Amino acid sequence: MKNRLKVLRAENDYTQADLAEKLEVSRQTVNAIETGKYDPSLPLAFKIARLFGQPIEQIFDDEGS
Amino acid sequence: MNATIKHSIRQLAIWTAAWLVTTAIAVFGPTFIWEGNTALSALFITINLAVGAGMVFANIRHVLSLDEMLQKIQLQAMGLTLGVTLIAGIAYSIADITDVISQDAEISFLIILMGLTYLSVLAILNKKYS
Repeated sequence: MKNRLKVLRAENDYTQADLAEKLEVSRQTVNAIETGKYDPSLPLAFKIARLFGQPIEQIFDDEGS
Repeated sequence: MNATIKHSIRQLAIWTAAWLVTTAIAVFGPTFIWEGNTALSALFITINLAVGAGMVFANIRHVLSLDEMLQKIQLQAMGLTLGVTLIAGIAYSIADITDVISQDAEISFLIILMGLTYLSVLAILNKKYS
C-alpha cells in the first residue's frame, strides 16, 4: 500500500523518532510504514490521520498494492 | 525504544537469568551440593517451575509492550519456531525409536534448535522490516 507519510512528516518537521513517539510505536515501525514494508492496522491508520488532520484516503492509497 | 519496552526487556532478562540459575541448581545440586537428598531436589524443582512461570509471564508482558509491527514479528518468529521444533522433535523421536540413530534422543538438541530457529527468524524479519 502506498502512503504519503514521509511527505507529511517532512512537512511537519518531524523526525521518524518524533513521529514514533507521537504514534506510540517504534521508529522501526514508522520507517517500515514509510517504505511500504508494513501496512498499519486500521486503528493506527486512524491515529496517523488524526495527527495530520487529514482523511485516511488522502494518506493511504491501496491502488499500488 | 521507549521506556515501557526497556522496562519489559529488563524484567524479562532478570526472570530469564533467575530461571537459568534455578535450573542449574536443580540439575547440579544433587551431585555437588546436597548429594542425592530427594526432598531438596523436589524443593528446587518446584522453585524452578515457579520461576519458570514468572519468566513466561514476563515474556507475555514484554510482547504486549511492543507495538503492532513488532508483535507481528514476534508472532511469526514464535509460530515458525513452534512448527520447526514440533516437526523436527517428532522426526528425531521416531528416528530414536526406530533405531535410525544410534544414540538416545536428547531434549537439549531440541532446545538448541528452538533457540537457533527463533533467533534466525527474528533476525531475518527485523532485516525485512528495517
